[in-house]
Amino acid sequence: MSVDIAADLYQQTILTHARHPLHRGRLDPADALARGENPLCGDDCEITLRYGNDGKIADIAFEGRGCAITLASADLMAALARGRAKPELEELAEKFETLARTGEPQPGLDTLSPFRGLADYPSRVKCATLPWAALLAALEGKTEATSE
Amino acid sequence: MNDTITLTRAPALDVSAIRAEFPILAQTVRGKKLVFLDSAASAQKPRAVIDAMKSAMETQYANVHRGLHWMSERTTDAYEAARAKVANLLNAPSPEQIVFTKNTTEAINLVAHAFSALLKPGQAVLISEMEHHANLIPWQMLRDRAGVPLRIAKITDAGELDMNSLESHLQSGDIGLVAITHMSNVLGTYTPAERIARLAHEHGARVLFDGSQAAVHRAVDVQAIGADFYVFTGHKLYGPTGIGVLYAKRDLLEAMPPFLGGGEMIGTVTYERATWAEIPHKFEAGTPPILEAIGLGAAIDFVQSIGFDAIAAHEAALTDHAIATLSTIPGLTIIGRAQDRGGVISFTMQNAHPHDIATLLDRAGIAVRAGHHCAEPLMRRLNLSGTARASFAIYSTHEEIDALATTLERIRSLFG
Repeated sequence: MSVDIAADLYQQTILTHARHPLHRGRLDPADALARGENPLCGDDCEITLRYGNDGKIADIAFEGRGCAITLASADLMAALARGRAKPELEELAEKFETLARTGEPQPGLDTLSPFRGLADYPSRVKCATLPWAALLAALEGKTEATSE
Repeated sequence: MNDTITLTRAPALDVSAIRAEFPILAQTVRGKKLVFLDSAASAQKPRAVIDAMKSAMETQYANVHRGLHWMSERTTDAYEAARAKVANLLNAPSPEQIVFTKNTTEAINLVAHAFSALLKPGQAVLISEMEHHANLIPWQMLRDRAGVPLRIAKITDAGELDMNSLESHLQSGDIGLVAITHMSNVLGTYTPAERIARLAHEHGARVLFDGSQAAVHRAVDVQAIGADFYVFTGHKLYGPTGIGVLYAKRDLLEAMPPFLGGGEMIGTVTYERATWAEIPHKFEAGTPPILEAIGLGAAIDFVQSIGFDAIAAHEAALTDHAIATLSTIPGLTIIGRAQDRGGVISFTMQNAHPHDIATLLDRAGIAVRAGHHCAEPLMRRLNLSGTARASFAIYSTHEEIDALATTLERIRSLFG
């Protein structure tokens, strides 16, 4: 039985970033720290970040436990977030949610296109948006977020 | 132990004939043949149940217990016949001891409200570490509402009820009710119901069993067990949603105050006061789930026509096969190793989160459940955030378990 169960959603990109994330860890000291929790499954994601003099994110890391979708999303988000400021990231967060829900490609989110496969799995969308919720909370100066 | 049935003389069960009775099993999912291994969450429905409900709506339906007309009388007969079938299923002394509820959850809430009126001041409720939220939250709410203490008996690392812990709680002398699952929805563990009931009674406590899982897989005899309360839900027993069952001893039903108030549950009513109807109607306020009761009656006829000896033997063989097959997958851990267990298998895999497992299985048309299974405190007790769970029913096959194992191997290779 050679069913290609890994097609669409579980592409190599997602599996690689989940298994070998490049931005996992915790910045200490950090300018902002926020923790997101998905109450439905208990998964969590903590974001720590430091701002540069220009107000943009100079460094960012995530820590947490979760499924491959959450971990890969956190890692790819961190890569995307570096060098960007709050207004732009808020816009990207919204676009990412649209991409995940509808499967439609979104400008500026090419590296996150593997998550288009989520459109087929509405119950898993919040796995991918959890790190973004934590990031937005950190940018707001809050310490907690939930992925709803 | 009378609640452990003998499997040696069980007649064979014709799975393909049974599968033909379940129309939904012919469906494909994501282009694959449906492999439905989530029956512990809710079971699929045989044609007999579908037809009974459809036929009632098409030919014989009105409200029950009040219409002075032919349709109402016939519908009342059908509704009460379903009650008699439930009484027969549980070997209850009489149908009046069967109360229809919405589901197990409502049945337990009913007991938490009505029986608490019979508790003496200071008496506590004792549950176990492996309860479904349905048998935890109502007692937490009772504690917060009325100050009835809630105690928790431990389980062993193998996932069995720790009888020493249970007994030492009982020895404190202030337990008024023991409320315990008859079969864990996470670990598959059967609890020794007769022994628990005997111990509870020796210490002056009443006992409730949550039979949501157990009543589906083995014959239940509430009198042999000595249960004061026994609850289960229709939709896991191949019946419709929206109907559950509370069995209770007659003295308790008669002594307990009503749970919900409204029509149907009254004797006479004035603006000042009301008297209550006889049992079981005292506990069935409002128009009851009439069609659902008829559907449940048909489901009971269906499982009894197959026979619990055959059902239990079939599911025991499936469970043995699944444990043997899944155990060969490197990195896969089966959660719960009880001696006496049923066809509910929780597992984790190294490097693969339960939700990833469930999604990838779904891509192969295989439906399992993943998460905390409405048992968050149990997950914490086991140091897990969740598990994947495969559960079996009368229509499950060895081939489906093989398909599960093959796909899990593929998932393992993806996650390394």
